[in-house]
Amino acid sequence: MTGSRLPTGGAIDREKVLNFTFDGMACEGFAGDTLASALLANGVQLFGRSFKYHRPRGVVTAGPEEPCALVTLRTGARREANVPATMVELYDGLVAQSQNRWPSLKFDLMAVNSVAAPLLAAGFYYKTFMRPKAFWEKLYEPLIRRAAGLGKAGVEPDPDSYDTLHQHCDVLVIGSGLAGLSAARAAAEAGVRVMLVEQDRELGGGTLVDPALADWREKMLRALRALANVQLLPRTTAVGAHDSGVIAALERIGDHLAEPPPFAPRQRLHIIRPGRTVLATGAVERLIAVPGNDRPGVMLAAAARAYVNRYGVAPGRRVVFLVNNDEAYAAIRDLNDALVDIAAVIDLRNPTPISQELRDSGIEVLSNRDLCVIEGGRQVRSVLVRRRDTGQEQRIDCDLVCLSGGYTPQTQLATQAGLRTEWRADIGAFAAMDTANGMTPVGAAAGVFGRLEAARHGAEAAGGGARYLPPIPPRRDGPILPLWEVHGRGKAFVDLQHDVTAEDMRLAHREGYSAVEHVKRYTTHGMGTDQGKTGGLVGAAVLAAARGVPLSEVGVSRPRPFVTPVSWGALAGAEVGPHFKPERRLPLHDWHKEHGAVFVRIGLWMRPLVYSKSGDTSWGPVLEEARAVRRTVGVTDASSLGKIDVQGKDAAVFLDCIYANTFSTLPVGRARYGLMLREDGVLLDDGTTSRLGESHFFVTTTTGQAQNVLEHMEFHRQTVWRGLDVQITNVADQWAQFAVAGPKARDVMMRVVTGLDLANNAFPFMAAGEAVIADVPGRLFRISFSGELAYEISVPAGFALHVWQAILAAGESFGIRPYGLDALNVMRIEKGHVAGSELNGQTTAGDLGLGKMLKKNSDFIGKVMSVRPGLIDPDRLALVGVHPVDDTRRLRNGAHLVSREEPNRSQGYLTAACMASEGDHDWIGLALVEGGHRRIGETMIATSPIHNEAIEVEIVSHHRLDPENARVKA
Amino acid sequence: MLRIPCPHCGLRDESEFRYRGDAGVVRPEGEAGPEAFSAYVYERANPRGWHAEWLLHAGGCRQVLKVVRHTGTHAIAAVGLPGDDLPLPDEGAAP
Repeated sequence: MTGSRLPTGGAIDREKVLNFTFDGMACEGFAGDTLASALLANGVQLFGRSFKYHRPRGVVTAGPEEPCALVTLRTGARREANVPATMVELYDGLVAQSQNRWPSLKFDLMAVNSVAAPLLAAGFYYKTFMRPKAFWEKLYEPLIRRAAGLGKAGVEPDPDSYDTLHQHCDVLVIGSGLAGLSAARAAAEAGVRVMLVEQDRELGGGTLVDPALADWREKMLRALRALANVQLLPRTTAVGAHDSGVIAALERIGDHLAEPPPFAPRQRLHIIRPGRTVLATGAVERLIAVPGNDRPGVMLAAAARAYVNRYGVAPGRRVVFLVNNDEAYAAIRDLNDALVDIAAVIDLRNPTPISQELRDSGIEVLSNRDLCVIEGGRQVRSVLVRRRDTGQEQRIDCDLVCLSGGYTPQTQLATQAGLRTEWRADIGAFAAMDTANGMTPVGAAAGVFGRLEAARHGAEAAGGGARYLPPIPPRRDGPILPLWEVHGRGKAFVDLQHDVTAEDMRLAHREGYSAVEHVKRYTTHGMGTDQGKTGGLVGAAVLAAARGVPLSEVGVSRPRPFVTPVSWGALAGAEVGPHFKPERRLPLHDWHKEHGAVFVRIGLWMRPLVYSKSGDTSWGPVLEEARAVRRTVGVTDASSLGKIDVQGKDAAVFLDCIYANTFSTLPVGRARYGLMLREDGVLLDDGTTSRLGESHFFVTTTTGQAQNVLEHMEFHRQTVWRGLDVQITNVADQWAQFAVAGPKARDVMMRVVTGLDLANNAFPFMAAGEAVIADVPGRLFRISFSGELAYEISVPAGFALHVWQAILAAGESFGIRPYGLDALNVMRIEKGHVAGSELNGQTTAGDLGLGKMLKKNSDFIGKVMSVRPGLIDPDRLALVGVHPVDDTRRLRNGAHLVSREEPNRSQGYLTAACMASEGDHDWIGLALVEGGHRRIGETMIATSPIHNEAIEVEIVSHHRLDPENARVKA
Repeated sequence: MLRIPCPHCGLRDESEFRYRGDAGVVRPEGEAGPEAFSAYVYERANPRGWHAEWLLHAGGCRQVLKVVRHTGTHAIAAVGLPGDDLPLPDEGAAP
């Protein structure tokens, strides 16, 4: 309990008090606070327990790189786990909970894991819990799950909405520090469209913690806000750099409020397609691996400076600094000015001009000393310092230790974009160097560390000059001492979130995992939600030392999208629930709905399954519809069929190439059933194609394959047979298509069709032609899927309702009924027609009894491959009909067929099953069975283990109903 | 997400296109034997490097494009029509 609010200072509104709770404890903060700054001001130092060892942890940073201070935010459906407290803007009524502790944060039983640490070292998953194998699922895995981990996700549906925005700009600037603001202004004044994204709520980046730059920042922002070609997006994190320069950025619109504003999404994912990107993501301070560097009260120097300057919070009362670079001295001075007691500054380098200056001002700067261990329990108590020359040890009491191991350029997005990074000894880190793939790194991300220099670098990269540079002197910082680790007693962490120690890195190397990507996976180093931003390079340096090679040779592991965590909701955007996929509606959708249709989704289409005002979808209403067709007449909406208009001098030649059977011999005014194969010889689709003119065909496809067939035809027309004079056009939405089927179909049609003689000899089975239907010019086809005398009608979709109602009126005296997909399915199973479950991407024409349709003389797609041995094997699964031997039993779709002799070997399966509308059997089905027709007359067992059923079935021909086609030709 | 410069429609998102495979394979004549067709259907080089491939602009102009793409970097060197002769760049030209 050592942090406190400073009497003055900080960009907070001390007039505006905000109340919140942490683990149920009531706290107060100010507008402008983050949860982390407010908790520090309330004296909280213990924020949570660590992932593996349950060690007490505090807050280490003041930004999105925070590895430790992860909390669970909000309650109920809005509960969110693993949120860095440093990124949570405080609001009134905020509720936060600490994580990974039981029963309480201060007293955690699982801290015993620390004692069992040898069992939990790197690779423990692969070693400790391997044997016996059976223990994994029942014992080890649940145990690990309970002991290790972070917060728990909410389980209720997310009440918030999310949005996706597709953005275009000429120049995208990522980051709004010195380099970013300068680049944005230079680009904007050149007149191009500029987007500036900044993860913080305020624009300004590093200038926000630097009082000397406040005026310059305000001037730059005023200028940018005044320009109409600039879009400024605070609270927006660029999370991924994708192919072709596309940048994904997450805007948090409602996260700083208890709930999003009315009618606003919680978050918005911007998919940005910039002309070019200026990467001004800055640099993040890194840890030093010193024993005890995870104690609550250990913080990075820049974070301590941010808490003092931005939030008016002293993160401790008595501080020890451990630094190896000049940049950290700004923090020392600012903490000193805020009257925090500087117990000691340990500069790991030899005395430098800057350390001498500080010493002159009366602050104790210790040189030639190592900090051996940071001591304390739930908070830092003291540090142990040892002289390098004499080995003499000295204990210094403190409640805050500020580490600065140097700054690491934030190059994650650059690496994702394919830019190279180079080792830079002067800053002791890798920096993004070159412009490539439309991205230019500037400022600290490119290793340009001086403030003035970064501003100039940004402006120049955006094509501007030195017109708006801040009034500050150039950089004079001395070199960094590349020091990564201090050896001593106790755990020195290189990944605070995943509890990976320097020793774990060496262990991985000893056990043969020496490449940085292998070590990452073996130790989980850098695999946390923070992606190891504060310790990644430190771990790599420890590994390099263990391998005895330079760090530049070891490199760092590749950071993948996303740079900071992104919620699933933001990725899904508005495409959730009923909007997950678009819905396609038939032209008569509203009519169907009014008349009790129960809809089923076929692909994107909503199709009536059965008309049942009571909602009854049992076999009763389905069979009533089918029997109406079988006995008198019915009408169904088949508008979802694929429809393709094929025209041109070579249309017939083209269709001969596409179809396995011949269309060039089809006379004008006739329709023909056709089969398409894939080039590998397997069936693609079936359908009816009609010749409306010498060079004009109308192709129909199944609903499910409509898009594939269109693309299949387009592809072959434009590549393989591009010399042919033929054009194809998708007319699926232009034509509504109905089938009128049943013994009375002709009587109905004669009442609505004019200009066409429908007598059987004048318009016989498989005739096709233009006709006027209910005064609407359309097309008529005498084709049948149901097995009855039937007509299919095409009319322009806008006239669908008029024609449909005319047909219903004309059929009223015959008792005409609309029928749905279920009734159609019953009738096609009875007839033995194939549909999607038989045209399943595995079957050949021969398998479905259609082998004779394949033409012998000329080339077509799939011809050569269709006769390879595997596809003409007589033992292949082929189509038959089935029904139960015992009529009181039912069939199960998907049941497997086995023989009595070999009950454990599947010889096929049912592709369709239904109750029959007529005939001798209540239940009938179609099946694919080894040997097909050869098996007719045999009795097999249809077994459905999930229903615990096994029944005897008889194998019969699938041509069950009217095999002579007398009805369709009537 | 790749962005593909369609010669008819301009720079468009990958999601508008359907991938139609290797543009380097040529469908054999109908009388060619099963070996030739087997190679046409199944055998692919799968290089890490420059690769000519078919993309159908299904959500745009519905034209089939021949695209020369580097399979390692996704860089696109050329986009043409099916009849165009688009030589693959030297491997050294990979970005």
